Amino acid sequence: MTTVYINKQAVEISEGSTIFDAAAKAGIRIPTLCHVENQFPKGACRVCMVDVEGARNMVASCTTPALEGMKITTNSKNVREARKFVVELLISEHCGECKTCVRNEDCELQQLATEMGIMEIAFPGETLKTFIDDSTPALVRDSGKCIKCRRCMTVCNEIQGVGSLFAQGRGFESKIGPAFDRHLDGVVCVQCGQCAAICPVGAITEKEHIDYVWEAIEDPTKFVVVQTAPAIRAALGECFGYEPGTRVTGKMVSALRLLGFDRVFDTNFTADLTIMEEGTELLTRLKKALVDKKQVALPQFTSCSPGWIKYAEYFYPEILDNISSCKSPQQMFGAVAKTYYAKKAGVDPKDIIVVSVMPCTAKKFECQRPEMNDSGFQDVDYVLTTRELARMIKQSGIEFRNLEDGVMDSPMGSGSGAADIFANTGGVMEAALRTAYQIVTGRELPVANLHLQPVAGLEGVKKASLKIEGCLPAWSFLEGVELKVGVAHGLGNAKKIIEAMRAGEEFHFIEIMTCPGGCIGGGGQPRFTTNEIRNKRIGAIYAEDEGKQLRKSHENPEVLQIYEEFLKQPLSHLSHELLHTKYFDRN
Amino acid sequence: MTELKTEMTSCNCGEIQEEELYERLKIIVKSQRTIPGALIPVLQTTQNLFGYLPEKALRIISKELKKPYSEVAGVVGFYSYFSTTPKGKYTVRVCLGTACYVRGGQDVLKALQKELNIGIGGTTPDKKFSLEVGRCFGACGLAPVVMVGDQTFQRVKPTGVGEILNSFE
Repeated sequence: MTTVYINKQAVEISEGSTIFDAAAKAGIRIPTLCHVENQFPKGACRVCMVDVEGARNMVASCTTPALEGMKITTNSKNVREARKFVVELLISEHCGECKTCVRNEDCELQQLATEMGIMEIAFPGETLKTFIDDSTPALVRDSGKCIKCRRCMTVCNEIQGVGSLFAQGRGFESKIGPAFDRHLDGVVCVQCGQCAAICPVGAITEKEHIDYVWEAIEDPTKFVVVQTAPAIRAALGECFGYEPGTRVTGKMVSALRLLGFDRVFDTNFTADLTIMEEGTELLTRLKKALVDKKQVALPQFTSCSPGWIKYAEYFYPEILDNISSCKSPQQMFGAVAKTYYAKKAGVDPKDIIVVSVMPCTAKKFECQRPEMNDSGFQDVDYVLTTRELARMIKQSGIEFRNLEDGVMDSPMGSGSGAADIFANTGGVMEAALRTAYQIVTGRELPVANLHLQPVAGLEGVKKASLKIEGCLPAWSFLEGVELKVGVAHGLGNAKKIIEAMRAGEEFHFIEIMTCPGGCIGGGGQPRFTTNEIRNKRIGAIYAEDEGKQLRKSHENPEVLQIYEEFLKQPLSHLSHELLHTKYFDRN
Repeated sequence: MTELKTEMTSCNCGEIQEEELYERLKIIVKSQRTIPGALIPVLQTTQNLFGYLPEKALRIISKELKKPYSEVAGVVGFYSYFSTTPKGKYTVRVCLGTACYVRGGQDVLKALQKELNIGIGGTTPDKKFSLEVGRCFGACGLAPVVMVGDQTFQRVKPTGVGEILNSFE
């Protein structure tokens, strides 16, 4: 342990801590625009200045180790003025009109300027040039607003291991962006939007679909249906002043109805459908391998997370056969909405507009993939992030907090608890095993409260094994098999588990989620997502699951109904046509 | 001489030479793959090989060293030493460090721009000279300083630049 003195108060900290950490431990918040948890300190913004007795200059607290006996001042006229000066310099370059910025009132630079009492532009002069890059389906970059904090670059390179963004050039001309200041579509980018979720200002945001959705809603010839991913209900409340982890499912449904959607459906319905298809696919692969002794691609990887799919298409094309051919729940929904539902409701599919509300920016990319039109039309038309939905609700004047709880429409509004947990890292795995185990043995998954504890939580790579015993006769080939599963979230961790697999570690089934924490930590979720908030949203999702009678996908009556009336059985010809897809080597 | 020229035209020697350079590059990069911090030395070698850093070469480096292309580009863009455009046979560098600046480096630069009829970063149409600005060559006592290739010229006057350039074949 090391003792330092912050504003004369003694603070005990573990060795290797920085001054910033020590202050946090003492309950003192030091302002910063670049430093965030889970990233190495960068010392890029210089806002977190503090005075250290005996030091020649003020130091950046995020990069300075706290040494035994250090006497640190975090609040003095000198310190306050230095920090204000730094923020004034950042503002002098910043090419941003707050009142027309999408991040107005949700901007860390603006907030700090207000806090510090900056009421005028102290150093008028040349500002950065606005350079809009809207070359990709999901993200828009405006380098004029960039304060070069390097959070996006760090998340892209170190957490996701993708490397689309890097510092280009030097000095005033430098930019954070793709190679040689080019557009994002000219480099490898998986569209995960973790950059947009972590940007302190308005330099990277999602590509808005709000206006298209308003237009569709107001067009009397269009029948507009909306689906909401499970992660939305555990996070949307944050945009309306609720504590993180507050579930707002019912209010969300009411709000969507008031916004004017013709039907309010649940992506959970197709999450359950995914489990039926993907679970059957896994069992089929295992049968091929164990009984028919055929060459088959194992382990099977999940396919719900479109950022992961694009990542594999770039970085691991040789394992594309291992990825489940199931479309993501969003895309399954679009495909059945414009076929099964259209027929049932007697609506011409050309008049149906499918809108998704997703915690994700990559879903905007996914819905525009050219192969995602198996219904004969683009299966999903528009994707709103959680943030965009909150903006629409605010635009419409709906008093969200005063809404009564609404219920989803039928027949695509029912979802099991297994579908809810798709939002959490480890959730798809648990949901799949709840169903697969029961199909194989006729008994419930033998774990407490149906939770597969070893694959839950925020550890980056998680593993579990499950011995299959007491198989039904049809599945006797699985008797005694030790089913080995792996779960990774954040693409850097995906890489780790793939490398482990290549090094010979045995797995049968691997779940990958692009974003840290899974969808609850998606690139389209309310800002700012910390681990504490991730855990609260994860807790809310498990509570949603546990509060339901229906907790297994194969027991969802609406799912049984669609098989009976339309698809016949999992992996049927029609299922293959509508619910499955192919992947492409992007090199 | 005549025979040699005919031979060169018929065998498309220029193109083959470039392909050969890329083969050499691949060998070099592969040998450096596991060495930490290999990027900058590899970029230097590549620039020596091609005279500049062509995009194709940078893509190869990115792939072989398993470094994101944006990162490779970021490093190339950071150092003024690296160039992504082809350079002339001789690079003319005018020092505009403090000492050279106050002793008239700027006027020497203007005279060179006029004489070569190119801007900073440009190359003459005959690919003989490229013009660049340097930041202190460490010869402040000799200011203003101009380097042409690896030769240094001291106390250069704007009227003397023509003579310097003429001394290069």
